[in-house]
Amino acid sequence: MVIKKPDDIKSSEITDERLYLNRRNFIRAGVLAGTTVTTGLLYRKLSPNRVGQPTSQSVVSGSYVTTEGETATDFKDITNYNNFYEFSTSKQGVAPAAQGFVTKPWTVEVTGRVQRPRTFDLDDLLKLASLEDRIYRHRCVEAWSMVIPWLGFPLERVLREVEPLASAKFVKFTTLLDPKRFPNQDADVLPWPYVEGLRLDEALHPLTILAAGLYGKTLPPQNGAPIRLVVPWKYGFKSIKSIVRIELSSEQPTSTWTEVASNEYGFYSNVNPAVDHPRWSQATERRIGEFGLRKTILFNGYGDQVAQLYSGMDLKANY
Amino acid sequence: MNASDIRFSKLVVLINAAVPAAILARDYYRAELGANPLEFVTHTTGILTLTFLMLTLAVTPLRKLFRLPWTVQLRRTLGLYAFFYGTAHLIAYMWFDKFFAIRAIITDVGKRPFIAFGMTGFTLMVPLAVTSTNAMVKRLGGRRWNQLHRLIYPAAIAGVIHYYLLVKADTRIPLTFGGVLLVLLGYRVFEKFRMSRGSRQLPKTKLRGEESQA
Repeated sequence: MVIKKPDDIKSSEITDERLYLNRRNFIRAGVLAGTTVTTGLLYRKLSPNRVGQPTSQSVVSGSYVTTEGETATDFKDITNYNNFYEFSTSKQGVAPAAQGFVTKPWTVEVTGRVQRPRTFDLDDLLKLASLEDRIYRHRCVEAWSMVIPWLGFPLERVLREVEPLASAKFVKFTTLLDPKRFPNQDADVLPWPYVEGLRLDEALHPLTILAAGLYGKTLPPQNGAPIRLVVPWKYGFKSIKSIVRIELSSEQPTSTWTEVASNEYGFYSNVNPAVDHPRWSQATERRIGEFGLRKTILFNGYGDQVAQLYSGMDLKANY
Repeated sequence: MNASDIRFSKLVVLINAAVPAAILARDYYRAELGANPLEFVTHTTGILTLTFLMLTLAVTPLRKLFRLPWTVQLRRTLGLYAFFYGTAHLIAYMWFDKFFAIRAIITDVGKRPFIAFGMTGFTLMVPLAVTSTNAMVKRLGGRRWNQLHRLIYPAAIAGVIHYYLLVKADTRIPLTFGGVLLVLLGYRVFEKFRMSRGSRQLPKTKLRGEESQA
């Protein structure tokens, strides 16, 4: 490196100090702006904002009110906040991952301890009964809740059709296993396929429905298309989605979550404010759309209709 | 790097670290945090706390590997942001989940290990934030200050365990944090081991600006 002697440099060659400082400030402003934008984009990438998927199904809200005077949760929230690990373990991530889910053709096999086992085409299954509006409270085991206007019919209609044998005591439900359509089934987060179960008398209860729609429209894929179970007095994970198989058995089936963590998720999983999840309280819940907390009600408020199913049973031991 | 460049670098960190908080606040006011915005705020501030703890812990290894002694000057800002997001996370929990019912919070800490780990991690960060000023470094003396600030190790470990215990089934993100933390702490164990062996042969030379570094 040649160090020029001072007299080699003409004074006109020396960068004016002000210009030098200006240039430096210019570069610094660029660095500051550039890094800030990059950080912002990185944050956005890792934590996408979900305004709510625009959907072609325009819905008139507010027309669905329960007998207790509760208003249905926004369609946007019901369809953008889902626990459906087959698509994503992020509740906000399910809706985008579920877009384009193919539900045709779809069959539901009803088998096991029945007189007339049968595989229903979805259309045939839906012909068994007319779809009714059922506005149910939905209480997630994670201590949040919604009010959902389902469109469905009693599961009992299907079970009568196949004629359960006297030895049938339980019903086991299975979700579709297809990693091509359920991308997260490639991930080792749960033992696939998802399995749930009910006692036969719970399954035959008039409140227990198979839902094929909500808000008067076909069920969106993120909510369990094309057909799912809804058992409103139990925690949401019992209401298994995208069902392909219903099997009646004499043995109590093991639900997926019970298999994963039997001390946290029991077979019954009735909504019960007195039985805490080992890691959080179940005494209160956050109704989606509200700031405060509500008190959780035993059997999710459906005790009048279902409490007799469990008479004489210790609900703490049989959680 | 002259003093002015270092001051500028600090400013870059100061502003960049505030970006997530700014976007989170913007999204909140525009109702773009999804169906459960309160849960989202709690979750995101928690993730940011762990992220900034990791960034703080990454300064020393990166500084030594790439021989960038001046980067130590960025560490305080990163550490204070970890504390800032940790405080926001704690307030979010105490407010949105408990509505400041102190008794319920105490019950929660006693009853639920994941809350206890979170509280432990936060509590360990408090003395670090309090003694973060130059005056406090001087008052404590570099050696004692360094010893005290090793509390960031158990704080970060408690934070990762807190997160791991919370998730239901998908432990991939907490385990990633755990892996990063293992590397960052492993580096220190390795360095210590190397130094204690090397010191027998070579006199330990001190780099400029090396004091007050853990």
